[in-house]
Amino acid sequence: MNEWLTTILILLPLGAALVVWLLPLSSQAAGSLALLAALAEVGIWINALTRFDFDAAGIQFDRQQTWFDDLGVSYHVGVSSLSLWLIGMAVVVMAAAIAYAFWTGRDRPRAYFGLMLFLTGAVVGVFSAQDLLLFYVFFEAMLIPLYVLVGVWGGAGRLTATIKFVIYTMAGSLLMLAAIVVYGLSEGTFDLVEGADSDNAWVFLGFVAAFAVKAPLFPLHGWLPDAYRESSPEVAAVLSGVVSKAAGYGFLAIAIAKFEEPAQDLQPLLLGLAAVGLVYGSIVAFRAPDVRGVIAYSSLAQMSLITIGLFALNDLGSTGAVLQMVNHGFLSAALFLIAGVIERRAATGDFARLGGMARGRPALATVLMTTGVIALAVPGSTAFAGEFLILAGAFDEGWGWAVVGGVAIVLAAMYMLRLISAVLHQQVGTSVPDEALDLRPGELAVIVPLVASLLALSVWPAAITDHLSF
Amino acid sequence: MTKPTVDWFALTPSLSLLAGASLALLGAVLVPVVARRLFAAVGAALGFVAAGVWAGLLYSETPNASLEVSDAITRDRFGALAQIVIAGAGLLAIGISYGHRTRAEHVGEYYALLAAAGAGMVFLVQANDLMTLFLGLEWFSICLYILCAIEIDLVSSLEAGLKYLVVGSFGSAVLLFGSALVYGATGELEFGAIARELENQGLLNDGLVLAGLAMILAGLGFKASAAPFHMWTPDVYEGAPTPVTAFMSAATKAVALVLALRVLVTAFPGEQELWTIAVAVIACVSLAVGNVAALVQRNLKRMLAYSSVSHAGFMLIAVAANNELGGRALLYYLIPYGAASLGAFGVVAARERELGERVTIDNVAGMGWERPLLGVAMWIFMLAFAGLPLTGGFVGKFYVFAAAYDAGLWWLVLAGVIATAISLYYYLAVIRALYMRMPDVQLAPAGGSPPREAVLQGTVLTCMAIAIGSFFAVQPLIDVAEKATAQLPF
Repeated sequence: MNEWLTTILILLPLGAALVVWLLPLSSQAAGSLALLAALAEVGIWINALTRFDFDAAGIQFDRQQTWFDDLGVSYHVGVSSLSLWLIGMAVVVMAAAIAYAFWTGRDRPRAYFGLMLFLTGAVVGVFSAQDLLLFYVFFEAMLIPLYVLVGVWGGAGRLTATIKFVIYTMAGSLLMLAAIVVYGLSEGTFDLVEGADSDNAWVFLGFVAAFAVKAPLFPLHGWLPDAYRESSPEVAAVLSGVVSKAAGYGFLAIAIAKFEEPAQDLQPLLLGLAAVGLVYGSIVAFRAPDVRGVIAYSSLAQMSLITIGLFALNDLGSTGAVLQMVNHGFLSAALFLIAGVIERRAATGDFARLGGMARGRPALATVLMTTGVIALAVPGSTAFAGEFLILAGAFDEGWGWAVVGGVAIVLAAMYMLRLISAVLHQQVGTSVPDEALDLRPGELAVIVPLVASLLALSVWPAAITDHLSF
Repeated sequence: MTKPTVDWFALTPSLSLLAGASLALLGAVLVPVVARRLFAAVGAALGFVAAGVWAGLLYSETPNASLEVSDAITRDRFGALAQIVIAGAGLLAIGISYGHRTRAEHVGEYYALLAAAGAGMVFLVQANDLMTLFLGLEWFSICLYILCAIEIDLVSSLEAGLKYLVVGSFGSAVLLFGSALVYGATGELEFGAIARELENQGLLNDGLVLAGLAMILAGLGFKASAAPFHMWTPDVYEGAPTPVTAFMSAATKAVALVLALRVLVTAFPGEQELWTIAVAVIACVSLAVGNVAALVQRNLKRMLAYSSVSHAGFMLIAVAANNELGGRALLYYLIPYGAASLGAFGVVAARERELGERVTIDNVAGMGWERPLLGVAMWIFMLAFAGLPLTGGFVGKFYVFAAAYDAGLWWLVLAGVIATAISLYYYLAVIRALYMRMPDVQLAPAGGSPPREAVLQGTVLTCMAIAIGSFFAVQPLIDVAEKATAQLPF
């Protein structure tokens, strides 16, 4: 059973996607089936969590099957403690996103829910692939449903958004493919477990290019504002919450793990880019004119902060980065879904026409306040724990990096508080009608689990930090 | 002079296709008009099936390569495998042709010529001397010239036929001239003997031989539509009847590239330093020209034509690698590429029949939602062309890059990567049109909904199954290709 667990985690949503696509289901049936599959996926993940042996290092639940042997490529999947946590975050966020779409209702539901399920399978695949080519396959497979999800169900500027998104991402990924070819042929295997360390800086940069676009890192974030603004809220939630973590995972599990020497040599470059992105993202987030703009650029800042933690190249920094990846997954998903419910009520996300929404809407106010306060890393929150560890790790590499990080945390407080007050407080906005109701039970049922996960982690961040091995 | 012994078994694929052609022609005379189309199509299809089966037998019964019929043809697995690919392409092309608006009085000739072209192709991939090489090349080319012009009431079809005839003949003439030069220098026609004489007589740097080699390469480049020998491709692909275009894009290219690899490694191993660079340069030019020109096309057939130029570039990378991995890469690449190419032109044919006009990016808008099967299929074919995962196109590109890197040609890997990135723009433009745009005006099909074309849809579905299936079944395909390339003298 154990050796099949990872495969089941990958294939269950893919199989469900096929069923949703091929069977002539009604809108309700397609949505319920998709939600059921997504919840089953969470269930399987919990099962995996209970079976996982945290005292043992390395890959568990692994299964290897030759794909083509002349180049040493195989279907090799398994989970490490790192991937286990990221998969957990991913399946919960995906389930929330599917539930939100079901609640809101989408045109052409079979196509839509099928794509969401397919995306779930691909994301789990990325986090569990132990063969480089297989990793690449899943990494690219994420792009295909995202392309359509943004391009068909997105807002008015969706076509430009998808073109930018795909061209940026693919340019990075193709460089990674070239790097994979070079690494695999010179090592004689594409297996991540067997493959030895490499000191080829060009190959390292090929991997970095792909992950830097996906994260994104400054200055490769050109696709981000359009993609996050034009997609539907749950797709934006998945993009910033889940898909961007594939980059963080790739940095840690491939770029840093297999290229120790180049990573060490190029550490200043990456820390520098991340520091610029962190400050730049925070400032733009502070000046953004709408809800999604703040969340989008805060996402850029947060991913940069996570990259600082990763490229501190010490356990402290990596542990903080992993915790923060999980935190930010829940946080930005919750924030984008809240942005979605705000837009549903006010038909706009512009701060100029929002405001005063707290009056008469206690549930919305509570949810947004809680999420926002955790996002600005108030002491005692799990984001505080994550950022503290990252800064501690970065401090070891030079106090300058930690100062930049500290400044950014102050900026984070500024943009989050601005978001909260512009939406909830101040004058009642012109676009906020009195009859716009508070959060409905369906919306609460989607968002509260995400916030609850954050609160639970705030109580016990060691659940993750003590159960990680690199 | 003794009579050569003929290994009839080695010739069975050609012979069965000739039999299929004869059957179709007989039908044109003997069968009443109502059943003629079905009879001719089935006759030609039987020819292709028989050729495929015989080629399969040939593959399994040929553990060691041998020269047959006075060393004029090679009996080996490399050729047999290429024959299977051609037979498959021909069969699928018949599926696309079946619903095509061919004039009733020409339907017998149409299928007969298709089978005869197939016969020439399966003969050509076995060629082992310069005479059979030229014979096979002209054999299938002449059939294709006529097929391109078979819709005599359409000016575009006639124009395509004429252009192909003029430019194609020029290509053949160049190849013939090159063969003459090589023969003049070495006094040999047979590939292996040429290689030996080049070595023995110290002719490796002989101007005559080098000019001959360059001209043979150029002649094959015309057939493979590799840039800068591609000028005919967009016009001919656009003007020719779509099923013929489909067949040409898959089969002609396969034949020309497979043969190029065979000629280069068996006849000119001594010149490999030169021709690997030459082929690599042609590959780069093809990638650049094909991709950049495809970016601005609105007509789908033209776009696919330029895309086929760029794919010739990818496959030439595998040839330039000049190693067994490259041979495997080429043979593997042909399968998803051929399926995607036939399938994509099949979808274009379906849309063409529905609208009664040329298919452009604009008039496929929203088609993905109206025609789910064709839409999804087209989507898959575009992903296969672009080399995205879950299609064999991805594995094909991966193999090509691996072969190039293995041969030390890392810059070709980089060129391929850049070309792939550019190509995404126009492949995704098709998906964008299919799913993300709605037609400006409702393009009502003339005369109500078109009849369901079960044959065409079945063909497209088969192509889709091959494009996806080749992604999962890499190991068996590579095993077969490995045994085939092992019989080439790398």
